[in-house]
Amino acid sequence: MFPTLRYWLTLTAVLFLGGLVRTASVCAADDPAYIERLRQRLSSGILKWGGDAEASAPYQLRDPADPERVIGFEVEIADALVAEISRRIERPLKAEFVQYNWVSLEPGLQETKDFDMILAGFEKNADNTGRVAFTRGYYVYGQQLVVRADETRIKSLSDCVDMRVATLAGALSDRILQEVGVKQIVGFDTQVEPYRDLELGRVDAALLDYPIYTFYAAPNPRLKAACPPTHQNTYHAALRLDDRDLTAAVDDALSQLMIRGTLRDILRKWRLWNADQRGLPDGKHREAELLGLGFDAQGQPVDPATLPPVQEIPRDMIAESSDHWTFDVYFPVLLRAAGMTVQLTFASMAVAMAIGLLVAVSRLYGPAPLRHAALCYVEFFRGIPLLLVLYFIYYGAPNLGFEISAIPAAILGFGIVYAAYEAEVYRSAIESVPRGQWEAGRALGMADVQVFRRVIFPQAFRTALGPMTNDFVAMFKDTSLVSVIAVQELTKEYLVLARSSFKFVELGLLTAALYMAMSIPLGYLSRYLERRWGPKR
Amino acid sequence: MSPSPQPFIAVQGVTKRFADRLVLDDVSLDIYPGETVALIGPSGGGKSTLLRSINALNTIDAGQIKVGEHVLAGNGASLGQGTIVRQIRCVVGMIFQDFQLFPHLSALDNVIEGPLRVLGWSRDKAVAKGRELLDRVGLGDRSQAFPDQLSGGQKQRIAIARALAMEPRGLLCDEITSALDPELKHEVLEVLSDLKKEGMTLIVVTHEIGFARRAADRVVVLCGGKIIEDGPPDAVLGDPKSARTRQFLQNVLA
Ligand SMILES: Nc1ncnc2c1ncn2[C@@H]1O[C@H](COP(=O)(O)OP(=O)(O)OP(=O)(O)O)[C@@H](O)[C@H]1O
Ligand SMILES: [Mg+2]
Repeated sequence: MFPTLRYWLTLTAVLFLGGLVRTASVCAADDPAYIERLRQRLSSGILKWGGDAEASAPYQLRDPADPERVIGFEVEIADALVAEISRRIERPLKAEFVQYNWVSLEPGLQETKDFDMILAGFEKNADNTGRVAFTRGYYVYGQQLVVRADETRIKSLSDCVDMRVATLAGALSDRILQEVGVKQIVGFDTQVEPYRDLELGRVDAALLDYPIYTFYAAPNPRLKAACPPTHQNTYHAALRLDDRDLTAAVDDALSQLMIRGTLRDILRKWRLWNADQRGLPDGKHREAELLGLGFDAQGQPVDPATLPPVQEIPRDMIAESSDHWTFDVYFPVLLRAAGMTVQLTFASMAVAMAIGLLVAVSRLYGPAPLRHAALCYVEFFRGIPLLLVLYFIYYGAPNLGFEISAIPAAILGFGIVYAAYEAEVYRSAIESVPRGQWEAGRALGMADVQVFRRVIFPQAFRTALGPMTNDFVAMFKDTSLVSVIAVQELTKEYLVLARSSFKFVELGLLTAALYMAMSIPLGYLSRYLERRWGPKR
Repeated sequence: MSPSPQPFIAVQGVTKRFADRLVLDDVSLDIYPGETVALIGPSGGGKSTLLRSINALNTIDAGQIKVGEHVLAGNGASLGQGTIVRQIRCVVGMIFQDFQLFPHLSALDNVIEGPLRVLGWSRDKAVAKGRELLDRVGLGDRSQAFPDQLSGGQKQRIAIARALAMEPRGLLCDEITSALDPELKHEVLEVLSDLKKEGMTLIVVTHEIGFARRAADRVVVLCGGKIIEDGPPDAVLGDPKSARTRQFLQNVLA
């Protein structure tokens, strides 16, 4: 069978199903060389895209019915885009979602290349233009000002100048608030907290993207929209600047999704479609795109009754989903995250102990330059924040030509920082062994290396056991920092689950219990070993 | 005992300084195989330093020390980890005032550590030797005890067994009974007397004038870094030549 024939048969079938046969002529003859390059580019059969499913309805979120699954309108757009590209290159292609901290998405795309495309409510702004390649837009949104239902003072953004207004830190809404001159801006990391604080009276208003409003504020009777959305803007997918073929392919695919009505129906399903979407069509297929998006040639929305029916996502899906988050659902997720915490801690501690011993021995017995280097190591890594080291290794190393993935980066980061503390523990433990022990060993004819290994080290190790356990327990808790480099450990998982289910207390207590369950046996083990091996008197 | 013409340990013109302080001042001393030498003298006189120099635990600035066929030259250079140094330490063992047993090892493991790690013996051979030595110092039943479970006298006897496990030809004992109660001193001195009978060469720094008189073949008085008296116990302790020795003996016996 000729592939081209199959392609056209498939395409025609799809177009019939979409009820949009009239626009079937848009796919101009493809340049074979371009298609070949695209096939090469996508030879892995997977297109990885990055986003943040941490309670980000309707963009990406854990499926309340199955937390292993990610759903959302961007998930559906990604799947549709990939299906479209797959059809075009006539090769199987799968979309794979990569969970990332929203603020780290850009370095994840550029530096660590953990994924090839960002699809996460990204808009163009002064910071990112010229750094990433934006595709054409896939959604036009406005900024929605939300107040409490009984609010009478606030009717527009300009009424907020002397109020406390919550928003997403670093988002476009944050910038708009600054431009308007709002004096007290309260920035949050996720979209759950602003409305929560508004409801609790901690802030007077919240300004967030319209899609967020749709799912988190609109269903809530204690909150209301203060005015229609303002400051319209567009979400774009973002790729690396040098990834031109793929960027063009995504652009073409987006056009197809518009023409065929796929984008329109995804947006309708997620309650996001509105007249603002008439701003999306662009370029030579503008008319066909306009039609596919649900507008007539004059840009007026068509009668919804003429469109194919869609099953809308329930408006109160968020509140309702809270009920889906039962113990049976979230406990396995938390438990797996706890497993990650344990693995990270043990591996990092092993690295810290090995490097720490080397540094301590260099500091005690090395030649002068090595002694100074060891001292510098200790002072340096004790003096800088762990977070900085993690960022540096994960995002900085690729700049220096090293590829490193998240978990090894976390282990390395924790290892080298904790090694500074371990080195000091070992040094003082080694120094606490009486000098006479060296002489007793030497007087038996042992070489210094033997004396150290057989006599000094075992005694020092026992002395160091207590402080080492302290560091171990401290590290258990410190591993919560690794979420910044996209490792999903216990605290991060707690936040994700709590923001999805609003069960902050219940999940918090369970998470605390899991930490306890990990650190208490460690304390027992250490006390037992100390009793068995501890310094004898 | 008639000294053979070839000394086992020969200290020749040894000088040792700590910074500006002259601690050993051109000391020469020959010790013959099987001799028991009591080294006495006022505190700070350099007794420990002399003993430690013989075991290469500190450097010497001038002179030389021969132990058996091994020679330590005194040019102040670092002793390092040279084989000569380690060979000397295998020929003469050293026992310390504060025992310095390895607290993380049992009595038996303390004793067999040297044979296992330095002499490269098999474990069976070392254990057999260790048990024999523990029996010999009267502690055969405490082989599994840890140092913190033993009395001072028992610890010091383990330390002697540990030194003997290396099968040395001589032992350097630095005030090995000073930290012990009078009763416990006795059990340690007994062990030394037995060793003497078996022909071990002993250099014993001690304040036990009674022991020196009874057990030593020779008494050497070291004072201000110089040997001021050297002779049989009766002569040195009964009729010392120098006023300094007389004064010292008065103070010790008072
Ligand atoms: N490591 C050292 N650094 C500096 N001075 C030292 C050192 N070891 C010993 N000395 C000095 O050398 C001198 C002789 O010390 P040494 O320990 O040999 O005397 P001693 O005869 O054994 O005295 P004691 O009977 O008190 O044990 C003392 O003045 C002591 O302060
Ligand atoms: Mg002394």
